[in-house]
Amino acid sequence: MSAAYDLLVAPFADFGFMRRALAGSLMLSLGACPVGVFLMLRRMSLAGDAMAHAILPGAAVGFLLFGLEILPMTIGGIVAGAVVALGAGAVSRFTVQREDASMAAFYLISLALGVLMVSLRGSSVDLMHVLFGTVLALDGEALALIGGIAALTLASLAVFWRALVAECLDPLFLRSVSRLGSPVHFVFLGLVVLNLVGGFQALGTLLSVGLMILPAAAARFWTSRVGPMCALAVAIGFTASISGLLLSYHASLPSGPAIILSAGAVYLASILAGPRGIMRARVGHRHKTA
Amino acid sequence: MTAPCLIFDDLTLGYGSHAAVHHLGGTVEKGSLTAVVGANGSGKSTLMKGIAGVLKPMAGRIDRAGNVRIAYLPQQSELDRSFPARVVDLVSLGLWPRRGLLGRHTADDRRSVRGALEAVGLAGFENRALDTLSGGQLQRALFARVLVQDADLILLDEPFNAIDSRTVADLVLLIKRWHGEGRTVLVVVHDLELVRRTFPETLLLARQKVAWGDTAETLRPQNMLRARRFHEAWEDDAPWCEPEEHEHVHIHEHAGDHGAHHHPSMQKAAE
Repeated sequence: MSAAYDLLVAPFADFGFMRRALAGSLMLSLGACPVGVFLMLRRMSLAGDAMAHAILPGAAVGFLLFGLEILPMTIGGIVAGAVVALGAGAVSRFTVQREDASMAAFYLISLALGVLMVSLRGSSVDLMHVLFGTVLALDGEALALIGGIAALTLASLAVFWRALVAECLDPLFLRSVSRLGSPVHFVFLGLVVLNLVGGFQALGTLLSVGLMILPAAAARFWTSRVGPMCALAVAIGFTASISGLLLSYHASLPSGPAIILSAGAVYLASILAGPRGIMRARVGHRHKTA
Repeated sequence: MTAPCLIFDDLTLGYGSHAAVHHLGGTVEKGSLTAVVGANGSGKSTLMKGIAGVLKPMAGRIDRAGNVRIAYLPQQSELDRSFPARVVDLVSLGLWPRRGLLGRHTADDRRSVRGALEAVGLAGFENRALDTLSGGQLQRALFARVLVQDADLILLDEPFNAIDSRTVADLVLLIKRWHGEGRTVLVVVHDLELVRRTFPETLLLARQKVAWGDTAETLRPQNMLRARRFHEAWEDDAPWCEPEEHEHVHIHEHAGDHGAHHHPSMQKAAE
């Protein structure tokens, strides 16, 4: 009993920074995981990765002007993310170019700018902070920001749920019955940016997309309906957050990568064991007559 | 005299600078059942997109009767069949015009979805995942969605492509039912025998209007020959359309047959 307590509870009970890290990563999962499900279903998983890179120059401008301060870096990240999301979204909606190409073009420009700006001032330690985050150093301000983003994300998903599903399932149909098609696409890209910016405080720009995509990709192997898929993705995000932080604590590993690797482990297990995974597809050839 | 449901006023639709439907004029009466025929590339699908409002006119306009509710079934659906949804989810999308973004689906709504699935022969398929349906079953489900939409104007773009004869027969019955209920129906069809059997009116397109009216009259050999001469390819060195020159033809074509251009019940849809 006491061993289990020491293993699972004591790290959180004894240390405030672990509790804050837990609260931050759980709230992050609450918003980012359902957004990740829609990102995946729109075949935009890699666009999420691109967006994560795209917020870097904004955060870098905040960092250049104000140092390692949460608010300027966050606002900078949101502005840069919004510029790239709107730019790439507009190019794909109004020209012949598809979103994967326009997103790649915008994020590459953005990433190069970001690295350039950070190198103008910071040391490599600062660059590591922006790229990989510090979940163990979340303060009250950062937690409030992550909590606000999670609340806003859940409220937006509740309001726009039907339009998001219709936009993914049959976009031409939505355009024929409603003018919401384009607005809902941009609302969605806005949610992606917000959650990535929320995530980069804890996990850094490179890893924040991991908590968005990996639980969603894992959940796809277990269920064939969107609602349950979102709920399961959140549950996987919670599990990865808790196990990642414990792993980080006990094995003295960096916490961000530990959380993402935990989600990665659930993903690999889901490929193997999920009802829509490899085992079920390859093993057991019984079939019904009709 | 019946009222117009749609008026095409010197309508040009296209892509880039190339016209796919060129200076089309004419009226679709309320409650009419019209086949739209023509070779590939003759502008049939483009016209449907224009009426549905997903493609804006390059010139001219489409006037739609006030508050007309449109159901549009495109030829190349952008439907993502791998999306994790059930048949009932797809058909329930047809409730959008009634319930919009936030309206709660009522027991009546659910009954209408069930009724639509029964009407297309998909009772018992409610919980089937979309990626397990055959082409014919998916087309039936899409017809069920049109049923649920309860629209005044129904646009079907090549709904019988790659569909077996039994399903075609069932879907044709549905189209006749809609016609019987006084709805206006436009269907893009390639099978001319089916057109002769089923559709009282036909619009024969070859980028421009070749003929439009009674089906037997429209599908006369002379008209079919004119339609066949139509050259599908766009030409980069095609001459620019000169409005004055065209206006002359336009006035001539419309003499006496479309007096309702500025019917008071019509709303300007696009300019």
